[in-house]
Amino acid sequence: MPEIELERYELFETPAYSFEPEQSDVLEMQRREFFKFLGGGLVLLLALDTRATAQESGRGPAFRGDARPPELAAWLHIAEDGSITVYTGKTEVGQNIRTSLAQAVAEELRTPIQSIRLVMADTDLTPYDLGTFGSRTTPLMAPQMKKVGAAAREALIDLAAEKWKLDRSSITVAAGVVKNNVTGEAVGLGELTRGQKLLRTISGAEAGAGSGVTPAAEWKLEGTSAAKLNALDMVTGAHRYTPDLTRPGMLYGRVLRPPAFNAKLASFDSKEASAIPDVVIMRDGDFAGAVALDEVTLGKAIGAIKAEWKTEPQPSNKELFTYLKEHPVTQSIAGEVGPGQLPIHGDIEQGLQAAAHQLEATYTVAYIAHVPLEPRSAVAEWNNGKLTVWTGTQRPWGVQGELAAAFKIPEDRVRVIVPDTGSAYGGKHTGEAAVEAARLAKAAGKPVKLIWSREEEFTWAYFRPAGLIEIRSGVSSDGLITAWEFHNYNSGPSAIETPYDIVNRTTQFHATESPLRQGSYRGLAATANHFARESHMDDLAAAVAMDPLEFRLKNLKNERLRAVLEAAAQKFGWGNSKSESSHGFGLACGVEKGGYVATCAEISIVTPEFLGAEVTPGPPTVKIERVVTAFECGAIVNPEHLRNQIEGAIVMGIGGALFEAVEFSNGRILNSRLSKYRVPRFSDLPVIETVLVDRKDLSSAGAGETPIVGLAPAVGNAIFHATGTRFRSLPMTPRGFVQPL
Amino acid sequence: MELVVNQKHYRLLVDPERRLLWVLRDELELTGAKYGCGEGQCGACTVLIDGAPIRSCITRASAVAGKQITTIEGLAQNGKLHALQEAFIEADAMQCGYCTPGMILSGVSLLKKTPQPSEPEIRRALEGNVCRCGTYPRIIRAVQIAGANSGVQHA
Ligand code: FES
Ligand code: FES
Repeated sequence: MPEIELERYELFETPAYSFEPEQSDVLEMQRREFFKFLGGGLVLLLALDTRATAQESGRGPAFRGDARPPELAAWLHIAEDGSITVYTGKTEVGQNIRTSLAQAVAEELRTPIQSIRLVMADTDLTPYDLGTFGSRTTPLMAPQMKKVGAAAREALIDLAAEKWKLDRSSITVAAGVVKNNVTGEAVGLGELTRGQKLLRTISGAEAGAGSGVTPAAEWKLEGTSAAKLNALDMVTGAHRYTPDLTRPGMLYGRVLRPPAFNAKLASFDSKEASAIPDVVIMRDGDFAGAVALDEVTLGKAIGAIKAEWKTEPQPSNKELFTYLKEHPVTQSIAGEVGPGQLPIHGDIEQGLQAAAHQLEATYTVAYIAHVPLEPRSAVAEWNNGKLTVWTGTQRPWGVQGELAAAFKIPEDRVRVIVPDTGSAYGGKHTGEAAVEAARLAKAAGKPVKLIWSREEEFTWAYFRPAGLIEIRSGVSSDGLITAWEFHNYNSGPSAIETPYDIVNRTTQFHATESPLRQGSYRGLAATANHFARESHMDDLAAAVAMDPLEFRLKNLKNERLRAVLEAAAQKFGWGNSKSESSHGFGLACGVEKGGYVATCAEISIVTPEFLGAEVTPGPPTVKIERVVTAFECGAIVNPEHLRNQIEGAIVMGIGGALFEAVEFSNGRILNSRLSKYRVPRFSDLPVIETVLVDRKDLSSAGAGETPIVGLAPAVGNAIFHATGTRFRSLPMTPRGFVQPL
Repeated sequence: MELVVNQKHYRLLVDPERRLLWVLRDELELTGAKYGCGEGQCGACTVLIDGAPIRSCITRASAVAGKQITTIEGLAQNGKLHALQEAFIEADAMQCGYCTPGMILSGVSLLKKTPQPSEPEIRRALEGNVCRCGTYPRIIRAVQIAGANSGVQHA
């Protein structure tokens, strides 16, 4: 297995646009000297140490730009005035890594977290980074931050030893000062760096063992619930997200959208639109748009363009799952890394013959949309052939590459800056809005801001892959699984392998063509694979009349997974009797990206009469009453933010479990509005309880994604418990509790 | 038209068709109100008109001319945060924060009418505000904290 297993959908899109270059675009950009740029003080550079970090940050397979020494993963600057700035290419999209990474550095520098400033995700100012996804910041970036912080602390001790002519052992760093233990004298961190231009590079070996990194058992700041660093800016409206930015002379842009996917612009008449004062209309191939002084004029201008599009027939969600099975992709997709076909263990047929019960079932998951509350947007500005774009993306360097390719200019002429962003959930890996804004800005000769409408966000972004999963299995009369055959079509290979101990098993991922553009999503295919697997586990338990918890434990050796399963069950009161006969209990568990999760759910079936007169009569609905999730991801960095992420994952999971689905036909999205695409609201909120299993002895894994995977199967199992009806398609009850076909 | 925003008077020459959201954001540079859906479904654009929450994305600016408009930028008084702003920080009631201004303003108007709202009252009042990050339990807690604190202050 490679150290980093990239999900097939993490990197997938070639740039969508390509424009002719302008002569003036070809200029040389100068590499900045660190101190010219930072001023005096102490700078710590972290060189890459492992293959894993090489792929993550610094020079990696995707690295093409050359604006910075590529081998660096992070750097830290302690200025003469004592301010500490850390530079990282990671992006903040609500997962609170601005806080957790600052915690990591502050821990090592023995300084209050408020004294640390993070400069994040700016292709000119921060080290290259592959992207912020896959729950990899905590396992991969935080340790690097700690190494830099520890090395800086040691460097300060060196400086102090020199200053005081004292042995290093008589010097301590604590509470933001360096202290002379003999005289009691104390100086601020910045004071020691005054007049210095000290640059240190720590190499992989130094950064490894003996680097002075504080072990989790001795953490003082990490492991505590430090408050979100820029929370004040959020509650006062002071924080500027991309759509909130302005530039001098800035105009507003909008793209002329085709009526369907894959449409070609057949005719284009902009005479009337161009006649509107202060409006710029442009067309470049199939791309066309308008720029104006305000949104009303913009709407009029776009509306006045007479365009005809050539469209082609395309599949609809009605025939989606047959389509997937009938359109295999035989060639491997570029950039694909994943298990694909895992080896067959044992003998499936023999296992099935040995079984007392054989089961066979098909599961499906629909395409769903990320619906980040901040839609894609960008502000683009050209200056002497250099392009600067502010945009909310999880992959600043990926977007830099897209821009460079679209405009055929070198990457070091493109700067991408990512303000802390109004969420992403895996949906902002690409730079459509950035490229569009840049193209319009080029046409207008002015900076342009472009904010996608919600309809555009629902239509022109990409979706969580739909998928079809088939399982064949057998179980002995005493509850041991004797055979397990698992096929996933299209939805993806994340967490596809069963964590249960089954001798005869095979697991296969089948790549297929996708009618819609698809990509990453919180938890990726782990949600689909867990839904199918854990629903099926319940059916197997029912076949042998065993309790679902007991059945799982009987087939499971993995200690970490057993621990969360037992923790969740205990907190939930698994095995206690139901309070009402219409209620049902269900559980599910799983492991993904180094996180172990178990979820118990209690649901009720609510009949419309029950709700009172104001509700229009219809089928009963499923209400999730209570959810208990136990989660273990190694040593916990920030318990409160971890709970926040788990709760958020559960709430988001409710949508995909019960009602979210993208409907489409003939290249059009049919429910591209919030009034037609239901997302979880306050009324959908169950009581949520979280159990954190802290393993100080294990390294920390990310936590933004994995807690989502247990919700759908736990709820499905609870519905089965309450009603005897098994739902095998996600979403389960988009139109209420209706018996599946 | 004349708009009164956060107790400041603005005289504006704008197309009367324009929605309040974009006039606030693009003409007055008050970007605390956010665009989330443009059809009154998400609450990200919530501002208060004479203390009552409205969806500024579907409200013509001309329709609220002369009325008291409060945006998130005008909530803190003399540098002191509103109790609900404090409570949002205390309860860690945000992840990406994009829904936060709208949530807070909807909550402020609830607290004004019902100083110590019950959980069902909070849910009902905020049902039109979407937090895609799913911080609903924390937002409920924040409103409860602010309610409890304001009770203390008034006692
Ligand atoms: S933007 Fe106004 S309600 Fe969504
Ligand atoms: S915190 Fe992200 S939408 Fe509410």
